[in-house]
Parts: sequence; C-alpha cells; structure tokens
Amino acid sequence: MALPGSRGIGRRLVIAVPFLWLLLLFLVPFVIVLKISLSQDVIAQPPYTPLLDLSQGWAGLKAFVSQLNFDNYGYVLDFNNEFINAYGSSLIIAGISTLLLLLVGYPIAYAMARAPKSIQPTLVMMVILPFWTSFLIRVYAWIGILSQDGLLNQALTALGLIDTPLEILNTDLAVYIGIVYSYLPFMVLPLYSALEKLDGTLLEAAEDLGCPPIKAFWLVTFPLSLPGVAAGALLCFIPAVGEFVIPDLLGGSDTLMIGKSLWTEFTVNRSWTASSAVAVLLLIVLVVPIVIYQNIQARQLEAGK
Amino acid sequence: MTKVRTQTIGAVRRTFAPWNDPTATPLIRFENVVKRFGAFTAVDHISLDIYEREFFALLGPSGCGKTTLMRMLAGFEEPTDGRITLAGQDLTGVPPYERPVNMMFQSYALFPHMSVADNIAFGPRQAGMAKGEVAARVEEMLALVKLQAFAKRKPHQLSGGQRQRVALARAVANRPKVLLLDEPLGALDKKLREETQFELMDLQQSLGMTFLIVTHDQEEAMTVADRIAVMNNGVLVQVDPPAAIYEQPATKYVADFIGDVNIIPCKVEGCFGTDLRLVTPLTPHPLQVTHAGEQKVGDEVVLAIRPEKLRISLDAPDAAAGNCFTGTIWDIGYLGDLSVYHVELPCGTRIKVSQPNLSRVVERPITWEDKVYVTFTPHAGVVLSQ
Repeated sequence: MALPGSRGIGRRLVIAVPFLWLLLLFLVPFVIVLKISLSQDVIAQPPYTPLLDLSQGWAGLKAFVSQLNFDNYGYVLDFNNEFINAYGSSLIIAGISTLLLLLVGYPIAYAMARAPKSIQPTLVMMVILPFWTSFLIRVYAWIGILSQDGLLNQALTALGLIDTPLEILNTDLAVYIGIVYSYLPFMVLPLYSALEKLDGTLLEAAEDLGCPPIKAFWLVTFPLSLPGVAAGALLCFIPAVGEFVIPDLLGGSDTLMIGKSLWTEFTVNRSWTASSAVAVLLLIVLVVPIVIYQNIQARQLEAGK
Repeated sequence: MTKVRTQTIGAVRRTFAPWNDPTATPLIRFENVVKRFGAFTAVDHISLDIYEREFFALLGPSGCGKTTLMRMLAGFEEPTDGRITLAGQDLTGVPPYERPVNMMFQSYALFPHMSVADNIAFGPRQAGMAKGEVAARVEEMLALVKLQAFAKRKPHQLSGGQRQRVALARAVANRPKVLLLDEPLGALDKKLREETQFELMDLQQSLGMTFLIVTHDQEEAMTVADRIAVMNNGVLVQVDPPAAIYEQPATKYVADFIGDVNIIPCKVEGCFGTDLRLVTPLTPHPLQVTHAGEQKVGDEVVLAIRPEKLRISLDAPDAAAGNCFTGTIWDIGYLGDLSVYHVELPCGTRIKVSQPNLSRVVERPITWEDKVYVTFTPHAGVVLSQ
C-alpha cells in the first residue's frame, strides 16, 4: 500500500494534466480576448492599443492598465447598433431549435433504447456516422436540397404537390432545418443513454399497479429521462446560440444571429475590439445555462455513486 | 419487530385446508397451461388450483419455470396454450393493468423519482380513488409496514429492508385479490429474512389476501406457505403442505431438493402388507421398512432417510433395535445447535447423520475415525421408485 502522502502527489499530478490543458487552451485565450475587448481600435498591426510592454516594468504595466476601458461594451450594448437584437434573436432561434430537436430526437432515442440489444451499437453508430463528413460540407449539401431548383422543390413539383417552388433557402426555416439536422446527434445520444439505463421492471410495476402503457410513459419513463432531456437540450442550446455557419449559409440577409454579427464586426468593420466585446458578452449570456448543465452533470455523478 | 402471534391466527392456520374440501371453489385455476419461448418450453402443461386466503409457494431451482408461471398470472406473459382463470374470470387477453393482481418485484422496482408516499399512492391513484381516500390509504399502508416516519423519503434514502417494506405496501395498497411475491426476501440478510417471513404470514392473515410466492429458498417456502408446489423443468413434481413435502416426498427429486437426505439404493426382497424387507449393498443385514406404497418383490427402489431421523452411537445396539449400519466417522460438521456426522460405510458410501447437541458437556464425544453404529426405525425413511 502506498503512503497517503505519495498517493496525494500522484493524484495531483494526474489532475494537473487536464487543468494545464484548460489553462493553456481555454483560460489564456479568453484572457487575451478579454484584454482586446477592453482596448481601442487603431490602424496598425495589431489593430488595437494599448499593447502590453513588459520591458517598461511596473510602470509600463500601470500605464497599460490605465488605458483599458469599457467603451466597446457601451458600443455593443447601444440599442442603435443591433447587437442586442442579435443576442435576443439568437436566444430565440436556439430555443425554438432546441424544442424542435427534442421533438425529433426523443422518439429516435426512445426507439433506439427499445431496440433489441444486439442492434443498439449499430444504431448508435448510425447516429454518429454523419460526423465522418465535414460539418461545412453537410451544411452546403442542404443548399442543394433547399434551393429554388433544389432536390426538395424538384421532388414536390414532380409529385404535383406544388406549382411554384417553395422559398425555403435564405429564410429562418432553413436555419431551423440546418440546426436541427446538425445538432441531432447531440440531442439523441444523451437521451439514449438516459433511456437505455431505464429499468424495464419499473414499467412492468406501473402496469401491474393499474397504469396503461401510454400513461406509464408520462409517469415513469419521461420523468426518469429528464436528466437526459436537460443534458441534450443544453448541449444543443449552448452552441446553437453562437452558431455562425448555419445562419450564414442557409439563412437570409435578415436572419439575425450573434455569431453572424460578430463575424461581420470582425471581418467587414475590422474592429477586433468590438468583436471581442461581443464574444465576451456572449460568454456571459451563456454562463447561466452552462452552470445549469454542470450542476446536472454533477448531480448525475452523485446519483450514480 | 416480530409481533406476538395471536391464538386465532394459529387456529386459522391449523384448520385451513380448502384443497381437501371437494366443495371448495379455487380462486386461481391454471388449466393445462403451456408457455414456450421459441423451442424452449418453460411451463409444460401445468394444472394447478389455488384457493382463497391461501399462502401458496412455487418452489424450484432457477430456470424451472416458476417465475414464468407467476408472470403469466400477472399478465406479463401470455400462455402459449391453456388458460388461467381468476375467481371464475378467464384472464386470457386481459392486460396486466386490468388484472386484480399485484406483484412485489424481486428488485422491488420502486419508482426512484417518487417519494415513499407517492410510490404507495401510485396504485390507488391509477384506480381513480379520490384524493382524500388516497391519502388515507397511504397512511394505512405506511402504518402497516411501520414506515410512517419515512413517507417523504426517496427510495435511495432507505435501507434494503425498508425498501422491501415499501414494495410490499405498494403492492397491497390496491387490495388485490392475489398478491404475487417474486423472491421477495432474496436481497435481505438471514436474520432480517427470518423476521420478515413471519411478518409476511401475519400480514397475509390480517389482510385476508391470497399470497403466491416464488422462491428458490426451501426454508422460506416451508416457513410461510400453506402449500408448496415443487417445480422442475417446467412441470409440477409435487403439490402438498410443507410437512407432507418434507416427510412424504413423492419423488427422489423432491426428497433431494427439500432439505438434506440420504438416498440408499435398495431392492425389495420381501413384502408383508405395509412392511418391506429391503436388501442394500450398504450393509449385509436386510432392512425392515414400513411403507404404504405399491412396491413388489424384486423392484429396484431407493430408501430416502433424512439425517435427523438416524441415530448414531459408539455402542453396539441391541439386536432388536432394528436397522443398523456400521461405519467410521469421516467428517463432522459442528453447527452449534446440532452436529452433522459424515459416516463412511465399509463399501465406501458416506451417509449423513445429524444429532442435536443437547448438553454442553459430553463425557466421550464422537470424534473423527470413531467406529459408530447408525440405527433407524422402520418408519424413518420413505421408499421411492428409482
């Protein structure tokens, strides 16, 4: 048996690896973005000021800090600049998409969990399979399906269901289709893992006590799958809020999403500082659901013990 | 926790034997029930009557079909052939949620997201009981299993024994005609299990319900049941009260499955009314046995004798003492209340003899490699066909 002290050091070393990883690849970049969001635009290389110059020592650091300010946040939060609308619109689109994902994903996950044990790994594989193709290419493919003379309109016209092609591409509807399609595995997999764990004898017990199967679903299966529902919903909602590719490729010019605004601010307006402020604010908006998600995860771990 | 059992319960149990009354109508009838899973026959043409207020045990090794038989009564499986009736009603096609039968599951199957009170209220709520009535019923059930203080707890905050009681309370909350118990005490430790067995019997008496218990634990079945059905490979081998199962096993299988037994191969040499003379390779002297069966001279039979029906001594018995084996002590199992002696006979066969340890100090205890005499009366054993 190892001494408690040596075991402690070993443990700390093991934990240190992921912490170092988070520090280097998450915290450091975030601090850089935070710093840029507090700077001012200049026409220079890099296009913001002040720059941190450590050769000046303590005085240089003091001068640097004194030049930082919150002007960019004032700009982003100004109602005239559409950012607030973009945040709101992003939250709404992400929220509706998450609901749609739940409606589409739950039956899939339920069917998977109820399928014979022998074919379940295959079904899980099929859910994951689209990840083998680039996300960007799969979104592009939807352009081919949804456009005016795309596959969908051709098929509907050929079937005689419509006379004039439906206008789906470049609308919010196309954005919803794109998000639901792209994020479906993130909804299905946590739901599946929650439903798969469900003890079948609980449903037998419910039936035995006089509860018809459909009612038993709402009284037993659904409440017990709620951790999966919450995990799936947050796993979809959080990235969907900041989604950029899907609204850019499938959405119309009036589709307002914060990811798109950020990109425009960065590339078209060439304002690193304002776009950094947009990113930091987005993070703050998402902290609430992320914390909820972490809580659920922790509680599940606790319950699993 | 164990209550002092009232005189009336004992009196009821002593005289309760509707299966001997030809005018009694059974509550549950299995009529030629068959259940096949693919090529495997789990239940093979079983006919069985169970009477109202009976505590009936299905006993057998795992895989013998006892659980399948119970699940068919609950409605989770449909018989492949034959039918089951409950109080005269044919249960064929009746879904589980419409059967007046409730089950206590082996895993308890308590709803983990509901409190103890909500678990118990589940059945009454499904039955459409009014809110106040449900609350009263839950109170009553909690009192019945002495868990009033735990109504608001979730199942995972309870001990195994408490969970078992919640499962029981939930299963009887709807006042079913029949309560099914699937290995109900399997997860409890020995002491708690024994206590709970007596509580189950009291509960059954006070509720006046019919209980059907599935178990592989013969002691449990013997303790709680009015009648036991011993099953093997999907068929009923014997259906009788515990004492009859133990003392008059119908087959070698039953004798061997219930308790310890010495199986002695014999041949019938003489037949004088109910007295048989048997010869066995285990001893040069013929054995005198009383038996009311239909054995003929020349039949190959086995004599099944329980270890406690044999007497062991260091001194040679009188010639008149009857049947006698001689051998040496091969091993001794000391169990406290009794000792089990493994006696090796000259032919190499070992037989088991158990003796209660009546006194704390014995002048000359029987010990390893002692030469001993094992005797038994003509009534001690049962003659069974091979």
